Amino acid sequence: MTTQMFGEPVARVEDDRLIRGKGRYTDDLAANTDALASAFLRSPHAHARIRDIDVSDALEVEGLVAIYTHDDLTGAMAEPLPLLIPHPGIVDGRTPHALAKDEVCHVGEAIAMVVARDRYVAEDAVERIRVQYDMLDPVVGIAESRDGSTYAHADMADNVAAHLVQESGDARAAVEAAPHTLELDLDIERSAGMPMEGKAVYAQWDGREETLRIYSSSQTSAGLRAAVAAKLELPLSKVQAVIPDVGGGFGTKIVHPWPEELMVSWAARTLGRDVRWAEDRREHFIASAHERGQLQRVRVGFDDEGRLLGLDVEFWHDNGAYLPYGIIIPIVTSTQLLGPYKPANYRVEFTSLYTNTVLVTPYRGAGRPQGVFAMERTLDAIADYLGKDRTVVREANFIQPDEMPYDHGLMFQDGRPLIYDSGDFPASMEKIKKLVGWDDFEDYREKARAEGRTVGIGLACYVEGTGVGPYEGGRIIVETSGKVRVATGLTSQGQGHETAFAQIVADQLGVPMDDVTVTTGDTRLIAYSVGTFASRGAVMSGNAVAAAALDVKEKALRVAADALEASPEDLELVDGEVRVKGDPSSSIRLGTIAVLANPLRYAFDEASKAATQFGGATDYNKPPVAEGDEPGLEGSGFYSPIRATFANGMHAVIVETDPETAEVNILRYCVVHDCGTLVNPTIVQGQVHGGVAQGVAGALFERMAYDDHGQLQNASFMDFLIPYASEIPKVEIDHLETPSPLNSLGIKGAGEAGVIPGAAVLASAISDAEGFAVTRMPISPSELYTLRRRFKAGEIPPLRPSSHPAKTGER
Amino acid sequence: MSDSEAREERHEAVLRVNGVAYPVTVPARRLLSDCLREDVGLTGTHVGCEHGVCGACTVLLDGEPARSCLTFALTAAKHEITTVEGLSDGEKLSPEQQGFKDCHGLQCGFCTPGFLTVATAFLRENPEPTEDEAREAIGGNLCRCTGYQNIVAAVMRAAELRREGEPTQ
Ligand code: FES
Ligand code: FES
Repeated sequence: MTTQMFGEPVARVEDDRLIRGKGRYTDDLAANTDALASAFLRSPHAHARIRDIDVSDALEVEGLVAIYTHDDLTGAMAEPLPLLIPHPGIVDGRTPHALAKDEVCHVGEAIAMVVARDRYVAEDAVERIRVQYDMLDPVVGIAESRDGSTYAHADMADNVAAHLVQESGDARAAVEAAPHTLELDLDIERSAGMPMEGKAVYAQWDGREETLRIYSSSQTSAGLRAAVAAKLELPLSKVQAVIPDVGGGFGTKIVHPWPEELMVSWAARTLGRDVRWAEDRREHFIASAHERGQLQRVRVGFDDEGRLLGLDVEFWHDNGAYLPYGIIIPIVTSTQLLGPYKPANYRVEFTSLYTNTVLVTPYRGAGRPQGVFAMERTLDAIADYLGKDRTVVREANFIQPDEMPYDHGLMFQDGRPLIYDSGDFPASMEKIKKLVGWDDFEDYREKARAEGRTVGIGLACYVEGTGVGPYEGGRIIVETSGKVRVATGLTSQGQGHETAFAQIVADQLGVPMDDVTVTTGDTRLIAYSVGTFASRGAVMSGNAVAAAALDVKEKALRVAADALEASPEDLELVDGEVRVKGDPSSSIRLGTIAVLANPLRYAFDEASKAATQFGGATDYNKPPVAEGDEPGLEGSGFYSPIRATFANGMHAVIVETDPETAEVNILRYCVVHDCGTLVNPTIVQGQVHGGVAQGVAGALFERMAYDDHGQLQNASFMDFLIPYASEIPKVEIDHLETPSPLNSLGIKGAGEAGVIPGAAVLASAISDAEGFAVTRMPISPSELYTLRRRFKAGEIPPLRPSSHPAKTGER
Repeated sequence: MSDSEAREERHEAVLRVNGVAYPVTVPARRLLSDCLREDVGLTGTHVGCEHGVCGACTVLLDGEPARSCLTFALTAAKHEITTVEGLSDGEKLSPEQQGFKDCHGLQCGFCTPGFLTVATAFLRENPEPTEDEAREAIGGNLCRCTGYQNIVAAVMRAAELRREGEPTQ
């Protein structure tokens, strides 16, 4: 029997090459070739008009091949980049040009491209380009943008990119009528995905075939291909996109196309040479993408039990200088804010604002950390106000398992109704309380206090819409050797897709995993695809390759049935062969079926002899390939869900805060996680670990520090504090599996879960330790220190005011 | 072309990498990381920051970890260089590589060569580390994917493999 692979902690097949230094990252493919290198001149100013660009000095640099500015671009290349996800809520959707035209709107915006013998020379030339600017006032930060006295785009009359209201029930009336109300102002800062590999592009133009092949460190193959074809005005069939190994993406690499992907491709065609570009770290900071920055205002009305009667949320989202990815992030915030709860009435309004800072696109979690921050801070505030345990208030608001599927009456980010498919929130709560020792914490706090230590506990819950459509596909070819080649268009950034999909296919076809090879993100093998983001890989491509395997299986059984003179129902696929059930002696190998499935005129090897015209028994009343059939043992399948699946989880932490230095030390970090059935527990666990690390990073360390002029003050790893091993706690995990009813494998996505409640859970624990509410994240020791001083001075109210003024308690 | 060669002087050197001699002709400013990748063609050494913080570019110079993005190629010519490609003994993975494989110590794998070279040097010096020592040993390298937990486990596993008498490098 072939052992069942689905659900097993199978070791990853991609690891062998990666730990030998044989990875194939984009710039590795270009290294040691004669591809020309490129570098970009980027704006040093946050907002300015370009008056003149003088390249004469740069032309002197030996080894220089070409310098391009916007003036060199024509046709679609000269137009702004696409607005990828249009939405009726978008009021004024601005996107950048491949190279800036007239106006630059953030530091780092590409102005000119230099192509040269190597990167050193290209940078030499960049240094010598002189640009004259007319300075314009920059808009930096949400408050300034909202205030609207200066404009991030010179020709706009305000900074509003988009505005959207969604409501179910009448939240404002419900807040008014509620026995208790609270109001909270919250602030969550900008961070970024920061993959260890920056973006990289390598384009090859074949002048004879007039075809372009682009390798890119991207999260989408098909999207990139379509975008490049459109911009270069090439037929789609003349462009192929290949996404090799990618050194992390975390959302940052999803935008298609990046200006550099277009320019490198365009330069390759223009010069008739291979051209490459690899981003350096400073470029990545100032010219890729960030996320997270929001200001939030919550008004909530609740009863004596803490039940949410009315929840009225308004928030302002910083989308940076451009809006290529539309308003997915604030839509996600506004819907996923609801978490596992069911407020009786809910209203959310957001305004997405332009600022003269680098553009904002989804970063792992994509709007959810902010939404969870708003909701969980609110529930903590309610618990504190009522003097109730924080878990009790949450339990009072949970959607119950028997209410699933649960319809919130809103529209989700995939343009479909926000309906939760499954989940058991009370069971998760029980698990997390047990795991962290919630009920014993007061004893522990007393003991710690006696030792002069300050500790606090926090908890945060979330629901994550995963596996969004529209679709993903899979193709499978069984070779005559019996080896199985699987292709899916979705890419991999380290999530172990080669392994997870091989597990699924191996099971479906009854073959050993070693016989299955998976390729991701190559439009030469599969043209139709969407991409890797929003925890959709396992759900979408997992189910797609399963469907493709079923297709192959059906054909294999049909062909084998003919050969074995049995009926397909009596056959099974086991151990790489089709067998008559109950009669293992009557069997035929999968590779042989692949031979038989392809009627041949010529015998190329021993195996193929059997499939030639004179090779075996023939029914002369039928054509060699039956009508409606195709030669070969191949199959394909697509998975297109009616709507997203919803994974969920709860995190709990115990922190100790230093009485002197105000440093926050995480003593325990516990996770209960429900992503439906697990394809590979080891991979899922790894995803949770990595997510938690980014959540902790975003809560305690990482912040994009722009000054008033729009200069990013910490655009290096020296200054932007990505945590090392010394800062990241051990994670304790417990799983709950409520399979998704939306797909036959029962999978929900797991990629982002770990990061989502990071800011909320740490704010909760720090508040609990300190005795006052933390409403702004991330929090550094010096900020906590300042808050302590203000708290002592009576400027910040304590968590549990001894008596409440009747009806309203403002915080 | 000849003009520029005059402007930017090139120097000949021989780099000894993983026991093989590679003659290179490079300008003085050529970084070792670039030289290994571009001139020698060993792309296992990665560049994550080019300012000495992330550790992705770490190689061993005479057995000691060094940031190849902060080292000039010509300087390295005096030393025995080991890159990630030189850690395994042919088909057989080194204990460190095996440890990373066993413990899911990598996801995207981009940071991994740097961690492997650091771990190799560390375990040679301290074959029986505590978990805290292992965590500290890798504390100069950034990984954005794994949250480090499994990397620490991988180093501990590698120590165990070394003790079990796996061939050491
Ligand atoms: S690339 Fe050398 S330390 Fe980051
Ligand atoms: S495995 Fe991706 S950066 Fe470490």
